[in-house]
Amino acid sequence: MNFSEPCRLSGLLGRISPDGRCLASCVQYRLIVRDVSTLQILQLYTCLDQIQYVEWSSDSLFILCAMYKRGIVQVWSLEQPDWHCKIDEGSAGLVASCWSPDGRHILNTTEFHLRITVWSLCTKSVSYIKYPKACQQGIAFTKDGRYMAVAERRDCKDFVSLFVCSDWQLLRHFDTETQDLFGIEWAPNGCVLAVWDTCLEYKILLYSLDGRLLSTYRAYEWSLGIKSIAWSPSSQFLAIGSYDEKVRILNHVTWKKIAEFEHPATVANTKTVVYKEVEKPSAVEMERLSFPPTRALSSSLFSTQSKYDISQVPVSFQYIKPVADRANPKMGIGMLAFSPDNCFLATKNDNIPNAVWIWDIQKLKLSVVLEQLCAIQSFQWDPRQPRLAVCTGNSKVYLWSPAGCVSVQVPMEGDFQIVSLCWHPSGDSMALLSKENFCMCYLEREEV
Amino acid sequence: MGDWKTVTVPVLSSDSKNIFQYTSEKKISPPSMNSQVLRLPLPSSKSMHSFFSAFCTEENIEQSISYLNRELTTLGFPSIYVEPKGKELNLISIINCMNELLVQQHKNLRAQEEVEMQHLKLGSDMDHLQNSYAKLKEQLELSKREIVGLQERDRQLQSKNRNLHQLLKNEKDEVQKLQNIISSRATQYNHDMKRKEREYNKLKERLHQLVMNKKDKKIAMEVLNYVGRADGKRGAWRTDKTEARNEEEMYKVLLSDYEQRQKQLLVENAELKKVLQQMKKEIISLLPPQKQKPKERSEDGPVLSDLEEDIGELNKENMWELSCETVREQLTNSIRKQWRMLKNHVEKLDNQVSRVHLRALDDKDVISREDHELETEKLELEIQQCKEMIKTQQQLLQQQLMSPCDDDTTLLLQDCYLLEERERLQEEWRLFREQKKNFEKERRSFTEAAIRLGLERKAFEEDRGAWLKQQFLSMSTDHKHSENVTTSSSDQDGRLLNSTSQQRKPHCTLSGPVSAEPCQTSQYVSRNSSNAASKKPAGDSKPNQWEESDEGEIE
Repeated sequence: MNFSEPCRLSGLLGRISPDGRCLASCVQYRLIVRDVSTLQILQLYTCLDQIQYVEWSSDSLFILCAMYKRGIVQVWSLEQPDWHCKIDEGSAGLVASCWSPDGRHILNTTEFHLRITVWSLCTKSVSYIKYPKACQQGIAFTKDGRYMAVAERRDCKDFVSLFVCSDWQLLRHFDTETQDLFGIEWAPNGCVLAVWDTCLEYKILLYSLDGRLLSTYRAYEWSLGIKSIAWSPSSQFLAIGSYDEKVRILNHVTWKKIAEFEHPATVANTKTVVYKEVEKPSAVEMERLSFPPTRALSSSLFSTQSKYDISQVPVSFQYIKPVADRANPKMGIGMLAFSPDNCFLATKNDNIPNAVWIWDIQKLKLSVVLEQLCAIQSFQWDPRQPRLAVCTGNSKVYLWSPAGCVSVQVPMEGDFQIVSLCWHPSGDSMALLSKENFCMCYLEREEV
Repeated sequence: MGDWKTVTVPVLSSDSKNIFQYTSEKKISPPSMNSQVLRLPLPSSKSMHSFFSAFCTEENIEQSISYLNRELTTLGFPSIYVEPKGKELNLISIINCMNELLVQQHKNLRAQEEVEMQHLKLGSDMDHLQNSYAKLKEQLELSKREIVGLQERDRQLQSKNRNLHQLLKNEKDEVQKLQNIISSRATQYNHDMKRKEREYNKLKERLHQLVMNKKDKKIAMEVLNYVGRADGKRGAWRTDKTEARNEEEMYKVLLSDYEQRQKQLLVENAELKKVLQQMKKEIISLLPPQKQKPKERSEDGPVLSDLEEDIGELNKENMWELSCETVREQLTNSIRKQWRMLKNHVEKLDNQVSRVHLRALDDKDVISREDHELETEKLELEIQQCKEMIKTQQQLLQQQLMSPCDDDTTLLLQDCYLLEERERLQEEWRLFREQKKNFEKERRSFTEAAIRLGLERKAFEEDRGAWLKQQFLSMSTDHKHSENVTTSSSDQDGRLLNSTSQQRKPHCTLSGPVSAEPCQTSQYVSRNSSNAASKKPAGDSKPNQWEESDEGEIE
């Protein structure tokens, strides 16, 4: 495992291009495009204001930079550095901006979610989508980029509109039986749309591409409901994480629950492997101390090594009960992710913030639990193989695969608190992001 | 009848043995009635006389008669006098009175008997009743106590029941209350939300108007030049045709998805059907042959065979046919039937086996079980041993793995161990090589000795041959001469022998040790041959002497 030198970064805006050749990072108002393997600067662009959002187009030829305060979106071309494009929303304001799947249209959501403007880079046409819903996931594109689903709200009722992305024609418009739609997500096969309700109501509706309601699922009433969902890559399963600390798996044939995964504070099953991160006292040889201390020495002096130990079941985890009178409590299943081969599901129970739970989908059982020393910040699966990278806000990155578990210290001087990470599309490397810096981690083929 | 006592008349006559004092006190008194009932036995005539004479003597006849008369009249009998104040006795009336008295007496006796019987009966009845009364009283006491206890328990349980009911009711009420609260809050919340949302929508509309009205030049896109589409095609107008095309495309996508799924399901179905068929075949093969269960089989036999035939026919078509309801049902039904039969069969076998076990008379079974147990014990021991071994190995492995991570000294120690071993190995190698050298040397010397031996033998044979020839020649010449010559020759032989034997000895000593020089041997051989050549006559006894001495030396 090799690590690159750290580079400046602001706002956790580090993105790898979809073709995997370049990496875009933002420092204040500058956009820096680097080569992924060498981190050499390829292009440098300057924007008008502090950049708040960066996104690559799907063909990796363009990058959009959104500045919400000024209401401006600037688009840069990699092939032609002289080419420029600026979209000014003016008094309409800007809250969100994203590319369309064909990489030639930009969808801007104006302030107060008044409307979504579709700006085209190839024609002079502009389209408007009225009454978009102000929710977490209001726009969803199918994986093949053909269709777009937009959540709308008119007259205190929720609707979903389906558009054809090629000509932005409205395909279907139907109302949903939700109280207050919280999010929509397409299945990877592009034929089913999952629509779920606010956390006050546990309800998830499944619509077919042509707007028919396929099924409704309600697990219980009254208590807080759905917190997060995830589709399996083959569209066979839909995992629903809820505030009652359980994940329910629905199958695509009957849309009924086939499994319920619990996340208790004590794990007693002997077949589950629990990896516990323990601190390893680092051995420093006194003779090698020198002044001024070298970089490697300083990092090893001030950071503690850690390794994984296998704990014997039964194991108890640190359980946190959140304050009852606050909204959006830190409880329930907050993160869900399927592995790309559809064999594993990684979950995080916000009541047990230091643990990652890995479930074997073939057997529908809990396979592994990773217990960390600090709270989990994020985890992400390798896009090619069942390998999970976890970061917990310290300067270590943790990798799990069915072969085993490893904890790697990033050799960096000073503090490097990894808050987020993202894999390279080929699965050979990943970008580790902290508030101030980022670095690239290159993995060798045989590792883990 | 009231008390009547008879007058105790004093003892009068001499034969007073028969006189008995007759007291019968007849009282109507309580229980001790069975005691003193004395019967009046019929007195013998003699005693009667004496008895009767006791009452009436010759002096007091008249008095006794008048007394009798008085008694009889008071009892209601007619007077025994003819006239009331006369002294003539009415015999007839006396006899009548007597008869009457006798009859009464009989009656009284009978009555007395009856009364006595009744008395006895009543007594036993009374006893019986008393006993049963006592028992019943006891039972009654017990039952009363039991009842009291049960009543107490009943009361307690009832009160508990009431409490629980109350609690349940309370809980239910609370739950209901909470649910009501929740629902009311939810409706309130929804209502508020809707109100706020309407307000918000109004704001949005207003704002939208403002934004649209302003026609702000600012809302614009500035681009250097328009970029071509990603797929290289030109943009198209939105028409109905395009709408229709979009719908078509959408349905195509959906259909392809469904088709794919259906294909998968078909494949799965076919596999499962195959598996079921296989299972059916195997079950049929497992089941006992038809002769054992003629009844069942005969009933199902033709049906089954029909089904099987049908299924067999249809199976060929199944591969291409989509799931046909009837075929599927038939298959599942037939499998279910077979499975049931197999289950029955297995159950019967189980019963048989259990019966056999219950009997447990067969030595075979006992022994086999014992063997089985022994074997299992052995296996368990083996397993334990293996487990222990694995544990120890694991521990050792862990130690080995752990130690290098913890300390460098252990690494060094390990190196030391390795060095030791290596040095030991080297030592051994050295020794081995030395031994090898020695063995080589020995082998070489042995070979040389063998060669020498061979050569010596050859020489000796030659000598022998020569000597024999000489002997023969000498013998033939001596034969011609006198006997002396032979003796002298024999003496000569002896002297020669001695000399040769003396000569032999040093040679033998020379040939004894292995590490003799080869040149010496060759010299010896040559010398021998020369000797043989010179002393032919002495050659005869040479071989014997040589052999003996040689043998002696060598041994």
